[in-house]
Amino acid sequence: MARKVPEINASSTADIAFLLLIFFLVATTMNVDSGIRRQLPPMPEDNEIEALDVNRRNLLLVFVNASDAIMVGGQLLDISQVKDRVKDFISNPTNDPNKPEKINTDIDILGNYPVSRGVISLTNDRGTSYNMYVMVQNELTRAFNELRNELAERKFNKKFSELSEEQAKAVSEAIPTRISEAEPRNVGGN
Amino acid sequence: MAQFRNKGKKSVPGISTSSLPDIIFMLLFFFMVSTTMREQEVLVQYTLPTASEIQKLENKSLASYIYIGSPARHLVGMFGTAPRIQLNDSFRTAQEIGQFIAAERDKLAERDRPLLTVTLKADQNTRMGIITDVKQELRKANALRIVYAASQGRGYE
Repeated sequence: MARKVPEINASSTADIAFLLLIFFLVATTMNVDSGIRRQLPPMPEDNEIEALDVNRRNLLLVFVNASDAIMVGGQLLDISQVKDRVKDFISNPTNDPNKPEKINTDIDILGNYPVSRGVISLTNDRGTSYNMYVMVQNELTRAFNELRNELAERKFNKKFSELSEEQAKAVSEAIPTRISEAEPRNVGGN
Repeated sequence: MAQFRNKGKKSVPGISTSSLPDIIFMLLFFFMVSTTMREQEVLVQYTLPTASEIQKLENKSLASYIYIGSPARHLVGMFGTAPRIQLNDSFRTAQEIGQFIAAERDKLAERDRPLLTVTLKADQNTRMGIITDVKQELRKANALRIVYAASQGRGYE
C-alpha cells in the first residue's frame, strides 16, 4: 500500500537563500583593520622617576612641535629626511663614537652580528596634529623596515617579507625596533 | 542536405533553475565566512591618516576600538564639534578608559588577556593632546599593545 508522497516544491529555496544573503551583506563588514603597531612603555611606579639607563650616544630624540615641525637630534629636518637620518643613526656605518654602540650578539641563523643599541625617542606636543604624528611614526617604521630588508637581501638574497619564519625572527633580532614614545610635553600650548 | 535544413518552429526548452539555490547558498557561505558582524555604531566622523608601513590586524577578537573625532553630523547639534572619545556606544571621557579596558579584558579568555590590542581610530586632524590623554590612560590600565589605525597610502608624499 505504498502511497505516493507528493514532491515538495523547492522553487522558493532560492528566495530564502537570497534573503539570508542580503541580511549578511547588510549586517556584516569586510574591511580589515590595519595600522601601525606600537608597544607603549609601562607606567612608572608611583612617584618613581624613571631612571635613564640609556647612554647619551644611543639616544636619538625626535620631537614634533605644535606647528608640525620636526626636530631630529637637535636639527630641524623635513619629513622626507627623517627616514635616512634614522637609518644612518641606527646602522652607524662609520662607527662614529657619537652614534650608537654595537654589541656583537650571537643570533641563531645569522651568527655573530653587531646589534645596534640605538633608541629612537619620539616626543610630541599636545598641539601636534595626529596626521603628522602618524606620518613621523610611519617614517620611523620605514627606516627599520628598510634596514631589515637590506640585511635580508645581504644574507638571504630575499626581501624581509619573503623570509621564512626563523629567518625573519633572526633578522628582527638583529635589528630590533626600538622606538620609545616618551612622556608628552606641553610647550606650544593647545 | 535534408538533415541540415532548419525545422523553423522548434520550442526552446526552459532553462532549469534548480541549481539557483545552490549558487546563492555558495555566495551566502562566502559572505558568512569572510565578513564579520558590525559591532557598533560609530558616532564620530573620522578620516584615517595614511601610512605606507601598515600591518594588518591579525586577530579581530583581541581588538578593542577607541574612536576619536568630532561627533557625527546628526549629533553636532547636541555635542558640538570638539573632538570626542567614543568607547562602546557612547561618548566618554579619557578617565573612563580604565573601566573600558577592564571590561574588554573580562570578555577575553584568560590566556588571551595580555594580548588585548587597542586600536585607535582617530581623525587625521585631531590634535595630539586628546590622543596623548588616551595613551596615558591606556598605560595606566596597562593596555600597552596599541595600533594607530591608518589606511594604505604612500607616506609623506
